[in-house]
Amino acid sequence: MSSAPELKLTPTPGQTIGPFYGYALPFPGGERLVERSHPGAVRLHGTVYDGAGVPVPDALLEIWQPDEDGAVASAPGSLLRDGYTFTGWGRQAVDNVGGFCFTTVNPGATEPGKAPFIQLVVFARGLLNRLFTRIYLPEDEAALAADPLLSSLPPERRSSLIARREADGSLRFDVHLQGENETVFLSFPRNGEA
Amino acid sequence: MSQDNAALDPAATADSQATISAEIEAAHAGYARDLAAGGAEETQPRVNFPPYRSSLLRHPTKSLHHADPETIELFSPAFGERDVHPLEADLTIQHHGEPIGERIVVAGRVLDGDGRPVAGQLIEVWQANAAGRYVHKRDQHPAPIDPNFTGVGRALTGPNGEYRFTTIKPAPYPWKNHHNAWRPAHIHFSLFGTDFTQRMITQMYFPGDPLFALDPIYQSITDQRARDRLVATYDHSLTSHEWSTGYQWDIVLTGSNRTWMENEEEEH
Repeated sequence: MSSAPELKLTPTPGQTIGPFYGYALPFPGGERLVERSHPGAVRLHGTVYDGAGVPVPDALLEIWQPDEDGAVASAPGSLLRDGYTFTGWGRQAVDNVGGFCFTTVNPGATEPGKAPFIQLVVFARGLLNRLFTRIYLPEDEAALAADPLLSSLPPERRSSLIARREADGSLRFDVHLQGENETVFLSFPRNGEA
Repeated sequence: MSQDNAALDPAATADSQATISAEIEAAHAGYARDLAAGGAEETQPRVNFPPYRSSLLRHPTKSLHHADPETIELFSPAFGERDVHPLEADLTIQHHGEPIGERIVVAGRVLDGDGRPVAGQLIEVWQANAAGRYVHKRDQHPAPIDPNFTGVGRALTGPNGEYRFTTIKPAPYPWKNHHNAWRPAHIHFSLFGTDFTQRMITQMYFPGDPLFALDPIYQSITDQRARDRLVATYDHSLTSHEWSTGYQWDIVLTGSNRTWMENEEEEH
Protein backbone atom coordinates (compact mmCIF):
# COMPACT_ATOMS: atom_id res chain seq x y z
CA MET A 1 0.00 0.00 0.00
CA SER A 2 1.30 3.43 -0.88
CA SER A 3 1.47 6.07 1.80
CA ALA A 4 -1.59 8.11 2.68
CA PRO A 5 -1.76 11.71 1.46
CA GLU A 6 -0.87 14.38 4.03
CA LEU A 7 -3.60 16.25 5.84
CA LYS A 8 -4.36 19.90 5.08
CA LEU A 9 -5.70 20.65 8.56
CA THR A 10 -4.62 19.50 12.00
CA PRO A 11 -7.35 17.49 13.74
CA THR A 12 -8.99 18.89 16.86
CA PRO A 13 -7.77 17.15 20.03
CA GLY A 14 -10.03 14.68 21.79
CA GLN A 15 -10.89 14.85 25.50
CA THR A 16 -12.32 12.37 27.97
CA ILE A 17 -16.04 11.64 27.86
CA GLY A 18 -16.03 12.40 31.62
CA PRO A 19 -18.42 10.89 34.17
CA PHE A 20 -21.68 12.65 33.29
CA TYR A 21 -22.65 11.40 29.80
CA GLY A 22 -25.27 9.02 31.18
CA TYR A 23 -28.24 11.34 30.65
CA ALA A 24 -26.97 12.50 27.24
CA LEU A 25 -25.59 9.71 25.05
CA PRO A 26 -27.31 6.39 25.84
CA PHE A 27 -30.74 6.03 24.25
CA PRO A 28 -33.49 3.38 24.37
CA GLY A 29 -32.55 0.36 22.26
CA GLY A 30 -29.01 1.60 21.66
CA GLU A 31 -27.58 -1.82 22.45
CA ARG A 32 -30.08 -3.65 20.20
CA LEU A 33 -28.95 -3.72 16.55
CA VAL A 34 -31.61 -6.36 15.94
CA GLU A 35 -34.51 -7.58 18.04
CA ARG A 36 -33.80 -10.55 20.29
CA SER A 37 -36.39 -12.51 18.31
CA HIS A 38 -34.45 -12.05 15.06
CA PRO A 39 -33.51 -15.54 13.79
CA GLY A 40 -29.79 -14.68 13.63
CA ALA A 41 -29.68 -12.67 16.87
CA VAL A 42 -26.41 -13.03 18.77
CA ARG A 43 -25.52 -11.72 22.20
CA LEU A 44 -22.17 -9.88 22.26
CA HIS A 45 -21.16 -9.42 25.87
CA GLY A 46 -18.20 -8.83 28.12
CA THR A 47 -16.63 -6.60 30.73
CA VAL A 48 -14.35 -3.56 30.61
CA TYR A 49 -11.40 -3.80 33.04
CA ASP A 50 -8.77 -1.33 34.23
CA GLY A 51 -5.07 -2.04 34.80
CA ALA A 52 -5.73 -3.50 38.25
CA GLY A 53 -8.25 -5.96 36.81
CA VAL A 54 -11.11 -4.00 38.37
CA PRO A 55 -14.27 -3.52 36.26
CA VAL A 56 -14.69 0.00 34.88
CA PRO A 57 -18.25 1.13 35.69
CA ASP A 58 -18.24 4.31 33.61
CA ALA A 59 -17.26 3.39 30.06
CA LEU A 60 -19.36 3.86 26.94
CA LEU A 61 -18.96 1.46 24.02
CA GLU A 62 -20.02 1.74 20.41
CA ILE A 63 -19.94 -1.02 17.80
CA TRP A 64 -20.13 -0.68 14.01
CA GLN A 65 -20.40 -3.70 11.76
CA PRO A 66 -21.64 -5.12 8.47
CA ASP A 67 -24.77 -7.29 8.33
CA GLU A 68 -24.80 -11.10 8.16
CA ASP A 69 -23.99 -10.99 4.44
CA GLY A 70 -21.10 -8.57 4.84
CA ALA A 71 -23.02 -5.59 3.49
CA VAL A 72 -22.26 -2.17 5.01
CA ALA A 73 -25.48 -0.53 6.18
CA SER A 74 -26.27 2.95 4.96
CA ALA A 75 -29.81 3.37 6.30
CA PRO A 76 -30.42 6.07 8.92
CA GLY A 77 -32.56 5.32 11.96
CA SER A 78 -30.06 4.20 14.60
CA LEU A 79 -31.47 6.60 17.20
CA LEU A 80 -35.03 5.63 16.30
CA ARG A 81 -34.71 1.81 16.41
CA ASP A 82 -37.86 0.92 14.46
CA GLY A 83 -37.13 -2.79 14.96
CA TYR A 84 -36.87 -3.50 11.23
CA THR A 85 -33.94 -1.46 9.89
CA PHE A 86 -30.42 -2.81 10.38
CA THR A 87 -28.17 0.24 10.72
CA GLY A 88 -25.00 -1.58 11.85
CA TRP A 89 -24.31 0.70 14.79
CA GLY A 90 -24.90 0.33 18.51
CA ARG A 91 -24.11 2.21 21.69
CA GLN A 92 -24.21 1.15 25.32
CA ALA A 93 -22.97 2.48 28.63
CA VAL A 94 -21.52 -0.35 30.72
CA ASP A 95 -23.37 -1.29 33.91
CA ASN A 96 -22.03 -0.70 37.41
CA VAL A 97 -19.86 -3.83 37.22
CA GLY A 98 -18.36 -2.91 33.84
CA GLY A 99 -20.61 -5.23 31.85
CA PHE A 100 -22.04 -4.70 28.40
CA CYS A 101 -24.42 -6.74 26.25
CA PHE A 102 -25.31 -5.94 22.65
CA THR A 103 -27.88 -7.85 20.63
CA THR A 104 -26.61 -8.08 17.08
CA VAL A 105 -25.86 -10.55 14.27
CA ASN A 106 -22.62 -12.26 13.29
CA PRO A 107 -20.98 -9.90 10.81
CA GLY A 108 -20.36 -11.37 7.38
CA ALA A 109 -17.09 -11.04 5.46
CA THR A 110 -17.11 -7.74 3.56
CA GLU A 111 -15.00 -9.35 0.82
CA PRO A 112 -14.54 -13.06 0.05
CA GLY A 113 -11.94 -14.64 2.33
CA LYS A 114 -11.72 -11.64 4.70
CA ALA A 115 -11.98 -12.33 8.41
CA PRO A 116 -15.27 -10.86 9.69
CA PHE A 117 -15.03 -8.43 12.60
CA ILE A 118 -16.96 -5.78 14.50
CA GLN A 119 -15.32 -2.40 15.01
CA LEU A 120 -15.38 -1.23 18.64
CA VAL A 121 -14.68 2.22 20.08
CA VAL A 122 -14.20 2.73 23.82
CA PHE A 123 -14.81 5.93 25.79
CA ALA A 124 -14.47 6.22 29.58
CA ARG A 125 -13.97 8.60 32.44
CA GLY A 126 -10.22 8.58 33.01
CA LEU A 127 -9.55 7.80 29.36
CA LEU A 128 -8.34 11.00 27.71
CA ASN A 129 -9.00 9.94 24.13
CA ARG A 130 -11.12 7.24 22.48
CA LEU A 131 -9.65 3.83 21.72
CA PHE A 132 -10.43 1.76 18.63
CA THR A 133 -10.20 -1.99 18.40
CA ARG A 134 -11.69 -4.95 16.51
CA ILE A 135 -13.74 -7.91 17.68
CA TYR A 136 -13.03 -10.83 15.33
CA LEU A 137 -15.31 -13.86 15.05
CA PRO A 138 -13.42 -17.02 16.09
CA GLU A 139 -14.70 -19.46 13.45
CA ASP A 140 -12.94 -18.90 10.14
CA GLU A 141 -9.41 -19.90 11.13
CA ALA A 142 -8.02 -19.66 7.59
CA ALA A 143 -9.28 -16.11 7.26
CA LEU A 144 -7.93 -15.20 10.71
CA ALA A 145 -4.52 -16.60 9.79
CA ALA A 146 -4.49 -14.53 6.59
CA ASP A 147 -5.70 -11.32 8.25
CA PRO A 148 -3.12 -8.53 7.81
CA LEU A 149 -3.66 -7.05 11.27
CA LEU A 150 -3.78 -10.32 13.23
CA SER A 151 -0.78 -11.78 11.47
CA SER A 152 1.26 -8.69 12.38
CA LEU A 153 0.73 -9.37 16.10
CA PRO A 154 2.52 -11.78 18.44
CA PRO A 155 0.24 -14.75 19.33
CA GLU A 156 -0.38 -13.67 22.93
CA ARG A 157 -1.62 -10.25 21.80
CA ARG A 158 -3.52 -11.56 18.79
CA SER A 159 -5.91 -13.48 21.04
CA SER A 160 -7.05 -10.22 22.69
CA LEU A 161 -8.92 -9.36 19.48
CA ILE A 162 -10.75 -12.64 18.93
CA ALA A 163 -14.10 -13.17 20.64
CA ARG A 164 -14.89 -16.48 22.30
CA ARG A 165 -17.97 -18.37 21.13
CA GLU A 166 -19.85 -19.61 24.16
CA ALA A 167 -22.01 -22.72 24.34
CA ASP A 168 -25.21 -20.69 23.94
CA GLY A 169 -23.91 -19.16 20.70
CA SER A 170 -23.10 -15.79 22.24
CA LEU A 171 -19.84 -13.93 21.69
CA ARG A 172 -17.72 -13.07 24.71
CA PHE A 173 -15.22 -10.21 24.42
CA ASP A 174 -13.56 -8.47 27.37
CA VAL A 175 -11.78 -5.14 27.08
CA HIS A 176 -8.61 -4.66 29.15
CA LEU A 177 -7.59 -0.99 29.07
CA GLN A 178 -4.24 -1.85 30.66
CA GLY A 179 -2.27 -4.72 32.16
CA GLU A 180 -1.09 -8.19 31.33
CA ASN A 181 -4.00 -8.93 29.00
CA GLU A 182 -4.14 -5.43 27.55
CA THR A 183 -6.35 -5.30 24.47
CA VAL A 184 -4.64 -4.29 21.24
CA PHE A 185 -5.84 -0.79 20.40
CA LEU A 186 -5.47 0.61 16.92
CA SER A 187 -4.32 3.72 15.13
CA PHE A 188 -5.28 4.41 11.53
CA PRO A 189 -3.61 6.39 8.75
CA ARG A 190 -4.32 10.10 8.46
CA ASN A 191 -5.04 10.68 12.15
CA GLY A 192 -2.76 13.73 12.16
CA GLU A 193 -0.31 12.24 14.62
CA ALA A 194 3.35 11.78 13.92
CA MET B 1 -19.44 16.19 49.57
CA SER B 2 -16.01 15.51 50.88
CA GLN B 3 -16.87 12.73 53.35
CA ASP B 4 -18.15 10.61 50.46
CA ASN B 5 -15.14 11.16 48.23
CA ALA B 6 -13.95 7.58 48.17
CA ALA B 7 -17.41 6.12 47.69
CA LEU B 8 -18.29 8.46 44.85
CA ASP B 9 -14.95 8.38 43.16
CA PRO B 10 -12.31 5.81 44.09
CA ALA B 11 -9.77 7.94 42.21
CA ALA B 12 -10.37 10.96 44.46
CA THR B 13 -7.17 12.20 46.07
CA ALA B 14 -6.16 14.76 48.68
CA ASP B 15 -3.27 16.10 46.60
CA SER B 16 -2.89 19.86 46.46
CA GLN B 17 -3.25 22.02 43.37
CA ALA B 18 0.46 22.83 43.76
CA THR B 19 1.34 19.13 43.45
CA ILE B 20 -0.84 18.70 40.38
CA SER B 21 0.45 21.93 38.81
CA ALA B 22 4.07 20.89 39.37
CA GLU B 23 3.41 17.57 37.62
CA ILE B 24 1.74 19.36 34.71
CA GLU B 25 4.68 21.77 34.41
CA ALA B 26 7.19 18.91 34.47
CA ALA B 27 5.34 17.08 31.68
CA HIS B 28 5.12 20.23 29.58
CA ALA B 29 8.79 21.08 30.13
CA GLY B 30 9.75 17.58 28.99
CA TYR B 31 7.65 18.01 25.86
CA ALA B 32 9.24 21.42 25.14
CA ARG B 33 12.71 19.85 25.44
CA ASP B 34 11.78 16.98 23.11
CA LEU B 35 10.28 19.41 20.61
CA ALA B 36 13.41 21.59 20.67
CA ALA B 37 15.50 18.47 20.06
CA GLY B 38 13.49 17.72 16.91
CA GLY B 39 10.73 15.62 18.46
CA ALA B 40 7.26 15.40 16.96
CA GLU B 41 4.60 18.01 17.61
CA GLU B 42 1.83 16.55 19.77
CA THR B 43 -1.69 17.28 18.56
CA GLN B 44 -3.78 15.02 20.80
CA PRO B 45 -3.97 14.54 24.59
CA ARG B 46 -1.62 12.03 26.16
CA VAL B 47 -3.66 9.08 27.40
CA ASN B 48 -0.95 8.54 30.01
CA PHE B 49 -1.15 11.81 31.95
CA PRO B 50 -0.69 11.13 35.69
CA PRO B 51 -1.91 14.56 36.93
CA TYR B 52 -5.35 13.34 35.79
CA ARG B 53 -5.48 10.68 38.48
CA SER B 54 -8.33 8.66 36.96
CA SER B 55 -6.14 8.01 33.92
CA LEU B 56 -3.54 6.02 35.88
CA LEU B 57 -5.14 2.60 35.46
CA ARG B 58 -7.18 3.41 32.38
CA HIS B 59 -4.61 4.06 29.67
CA PRO B 60 -2.98 1.43 27.48
CA THR B 61 0.73 1.03 28.21
CA LYS B 62 1.55 -0.42 24.79
CA SER B 63 1.63 1.91 21.82
CA LEU B 64 -1.33 1.86 19.48
CA HIS B 65 -0.96 -0.75 16.76
CA HIS B 66 -1.07 0.56 13.22
CA ALA B 67 -3.90 -0.88 11.12
CA ASP B 68 -4.90 -0.21 7.55
CA PRO B 69 -8.63 0.33 7.62
CA GLU B 70 -10.79 -2.46 6.24
CA THR B 71 -14.12 -2.06 4.46
CA ILE B 72 -16.39 -1.39 7.44
CA GLU B 73 -13.89 1.11 8.88
CA LEU B 74 -14.10 3.23 5.72
CA PHE B 75 -17.79 3.95 6.31
CA SER B 76 -19.80 5.47 9.11
CA PRO B 77 -23.31 4.99 10.45
CA ALA B 78 -25.90 7.24 8.84
CA PHE B 79 -28.26 9.50 10.76
CA GLY B 80 -31.23 11.30 9.26
CA GLU B 81 -34.12 13.60 9.95
CA ARG B 82 -36.03 10.68 11.49
CA ASP B 83 -33.29 10.45 14.12
CA VAL B 84 -32.85 14.10 15.03
CA HIS B 85 -35.44 16.88 15.18
CA PRO B 86 -34.17 20.39 14.30
CA LEU B 87 -35.48 21.77 17.62
CA GLU B 88 -33.09 19.49 19.53
CA ALA B 89 -30.37 22.03 18.71
CA ASP B 90 -32.01 24.54 21.06
CA LEU B 91 -31.26 23.55 24.65
CA THR B 92 -33.25 26.50 26.02
CA ILE B 93 -36.72 25.36 24.88
CA GLN B 94 -36.93 21.85 26.30
CA HIS B 95 -39.07 22.78 29.31
CA HIS B 96 -41.92 25.16 30.15
CA GLY B 97 -39.83 28.11 31.30
CA GLU B 98 -36.65 29.92 30.35
CA PRO B 99 -33.49 28.45 31.87
CA ILE B 100 -31.43 30.66 34.15
CA GLY B 101 -28.11 31.95 32.88
CA GLU B 102 -26.39 33.64 29.98
CA ARG B 103 -28.06 32.60 26.69
CA ILE B 104 -25.45 31.83 24.02
CA VAL B 105 -25.23 30.53 20.48
CA VAL B 106 -22.39 28.15 19.64
CA ALA B 107 -21.91 27.70 15.91
CA GLY B 108 -19.28 26.49 13.50
CA ARG B 109 -18.43 23.81 10.97
CA VAL B 110 -17.28 20.20 11.09
CA LEU B 111 -14.49 19.54 8.58
CA ASP B 112 -12.29 16.56 7.88
CA GLY B 113 -8.51 16.67 7.80
CA ASP B 114 -8.61 17.56 4.10
CA GLY B 115 -10.77 20.60 4.85
CA ARG B 116 -13.88 19.02 3.34
CA PRO B 117 -17.18 19.70 5.13
CA VAL B 118 -18.71 16.75 6.96
CA ALA B 119 -22.35 17.04 5.89
CA GLY B 120 -25.45 15.42 7.37
CA GLN B 121 -23.67 13.85 10.33
CA LEU B 122 -24.68 13.63 13.97
CA ILE B 123 -23.35 16.06 16.59
CA GLU B 124 -24.32 15.55 20.22
CA VAL B 125 -23.59 17.98 23.06
CA TRP B 126 -24.04 17.87 26.83
CA GLN B 127 -23.08 20.27 29.57
CA ALA B 128 -23.56 21.60 33.09
CA ASN B 129 -26.04 24.41 33.77
CA ALA B 130 -25.31 28.04 34.68
CA ALA B 131 -24.54 26.97 38.27
CA GLY B 132 -22.11 24.22 37.26
CA ARG B 133 -24.48 21.31 37.91
CA TYR B 134 -25.17 18.35 35.62
CA VAL B 135 -28.53 16.58 35.49
CA HIS B 136 -26.84 13.32 36.41
CA LYS B 137 -27.39 11.29 39.55
CA ARG B 138 -23.67 10.97 40.20
CA ASP B 139 -23.16 14.75 40.20
CA GLN B 140 -23.32 15.60 43.89
CA HIS B 141 -22.08 19.20 43.63
CA PRO B 142 -24.44 21.19 45.89
CA ALA B 143 -25.38 23.75 43.24
CA PRO B 144 -28.98 24.11 42.07
CA ILE B 145 -30.50 21.99 39.34
CA ASP B 146 -32.42 24.18 36.89
CA PRO B 147 -35.85 22.63 36.19
CA ASN B 148 -35.81 24.42 32.83
CA PHE B 149 -32.44 23.13 31.67
CA THR B 150 -31.36 19.56 30.95
CA GLY B 151 -28.20 20.39 29.04
CA VAL B 152 -28.44 17.87 26.17
CA GLY B 153 -28.66 18.73 22.48
CA ARG B 154 -28.34 17.03 19.10
CA ALA B 155 -28.10 18.20 15.52
CA LEU B 156 -27.26 17.05 12.02
CA THR B 157 -24.59 19.09 10.25
CA GLY B 158 -25.72 21.08 7.21
CA PRO B 159 -24.46 20.71 3.62
CA ASN B 160 -21.34 22.75 4.41
CA GLY B 161 -20.70 20.96 7.71
CA GLU B 162 -22.32 23.77 9.66
CA TYR B 163 -23.98 23.41 13.07
CA ARG B 164 -25.61 25.85 15.49
CA PHE B 165 -26.73 25.27 19.08
CA THR B 166 -28.60 27.69 21.33
CA THR B 167 -27.83 27.06 24.99
CA ILE B 168 -26.85 28.56 28.34
CA LYS B 169 -23.23 29.27 29.18
CA PRO B 170 -22.10 26.51 31.56
CA ALA B 171 -20.26 27.35 34.78
CA PRO B 172 -17.07 25.77 36.12
CA TYR B 173 -17.64 23.02 38.67
CA PRO B 174 -15.61 21.24 41.35
CA TRP B 175 -14.40 17.66 40.97
CA LYS B 176 -12.39 15.23 43.06
CA ASN B 177 -9.13 14.79 41.17
CA HIS B 178 -7.36 16.71 43.95
CA HIS B 179 -8.20 19.13 46.75
CA ASN B 180 -10.03 22.24 45.50
CA ALA B 181 -10.04 21.01 41.88
CA TRP B 182 -12.26 22.93 39.43
CA ARG B 183 -12.96 22.21 35.78
CA PRO B 184 -12.93 25.15 33.35
CA ALA B 185 -16.39 25.75 31.87
CA HIS B 186 -16.92 23.45 28.89
CA ILE B 187 -19.42 21.81 26.57
CA HIS B 188 -18.93 18.14 25.64
CA PHE B 189 -19.10 17.41 21.89
CA SER B 190 -19.53 13.99 20.27
CA LEU B 191 -18.82 13.73 16.53
CA PHE B 192 -19.02 11.33 13.60
CA GLY B 193 -17.27 11.62 10.25
CA THR B 194 -17.59 9.81 6.94
CA ASP B 195 -15.34 6.96 8.20
CA PHE B 196 -15.91 5.40 11.63
CA THR B 197 -12.17 5.86 12.33
CA GLN B 198 -12.95 9.61 12.58
CA ARG B 199 -15.28 9.09 15.55
CA MET B 200 -14.36 11.45 18.40
CA ILE B 201 -15.52 12.99 21.67
CA THR B 202 -14.04 16.22 22.97
CA GLN B 203 -14.76 19.35 25.04
CA MET B 204 -15.14 22.95 23.89
CA TYR B 205 -13.90 25.66 26.22
CA PHE B 206 -14.53 29.42 26.48
CA PRO B 207 -11.86 32.05 25.81
CA GLY B 208 -9.86 33.42 28.75
CA ASP B 209 -10.93 30.87 31.35
CA PRO B 210 -8.74 31.44 34.45
CA LEU B 211 -8.87 27.70 35.25
CA PHE B 212 -7.06 26.54 32.09
CA ALA B 213 -3.60 26.41 33.67
CA LEU B 214 -4.85 24.40 36.64
CA ASP B 215 -6.84 21.73 34.81
CA PRO B 216 -5.10 18.37 34.20
CA ILE B 217 -7.66 17.30 31.58
CA TYR B 218 -7.13 20.37 29.39
CA GLN B 219 -3.38 20.32 30.08
CA SER B 220 -3.11 16.64 29.07
CA ILE B 221 -2.64 18.23 25.64
CA THR B 222 0.97 19.29 26.03
CA ASP B 223 1.15 21.65 23.04
CA GLN B 224 -0.30 25.16 23.37
CA ARG B 225 -1.37 25.35 19.73
CA ALA B 226 -3.25 22.08 20.10
CA ARG B 227 -4.88 23.26 23.34
CA ASP B 228 -6.00 26.46 21.60
CA ARG B 229 -7.95 24.33 19.10
CA LEU B 230 -10.42 23.48 21.86
CA VAL B 231 -11.18 27.11 22.73
CA ALA B 232 -14.11 28.83 21.00
CA THR B 233 -13.87 32.43 19.76
CA TYR B 234 -16.28 35.15 20.84
CA ASP B 235 -17.98 36.24 17.61
CA HIS B 236 -20.04 39.41 17.62
CA SER B 237 -21.63 38.48 14.29
CA LEU B 238 -23.23 35.50 16.10
CA THR B 239 -24.45 37.79 18.88
CA SER B 240 -28.07 38.95 18.48
CA HIS B 241 -29.49 42.25 19.63
CA GLU B 242 -31.11 41.92 23.09
CA TRP B 243 -31.12 38.12 22.82
CA SER B 244 -27.84 36.19 23.12
CA THR B 245 -24.07 36.31 22.73
CA GLY B 246 -22.30 34.09 20.23
CA TYR B 247 -19.26 31.81 20.07
CA GLN B 248 -17.68 30.29 16.99
CA TRP B 249 -15.90 26.93 17.03
CA ASP B 250 -14.85 24.74 14.08
CA ILE B 251 -14.01 21.07 14.58
CA VAL B 252 -11.54 19.16 12.41
CA LEU B 253 -11.79 15.37 12.31
CA THR B 254 -8.99 13.10 11.15
CA GLY B 255 -8.56 12.40 7.44
CA SER B 256 -10.92 10.11 5.58
CA ASN B 257 -9.20 7.01 4.17
CA ARG B 258 -12.02 5.96 1.86
CA THR B 259 -11.31 8.17 -1.14
CA TRP B 260 -7.60 7.59 -1.51
CA MET B 261 -7.80 3.86 -0.78
CA GLU B 262 -10.57 3.41 -3.37
CA ASN B 263 -8.59 5.38 -5.94
CA GLU B 264 -5.56 3.24 -5.22
CA GLU B 265 -7.56 0.06 -5.78
CA GLU B 266 -8.79 1.34 -9.13
CA GLU B 267 -5.23 2.00 -10.23
CA HIS B 268 -4.29 -1.65 -9.69
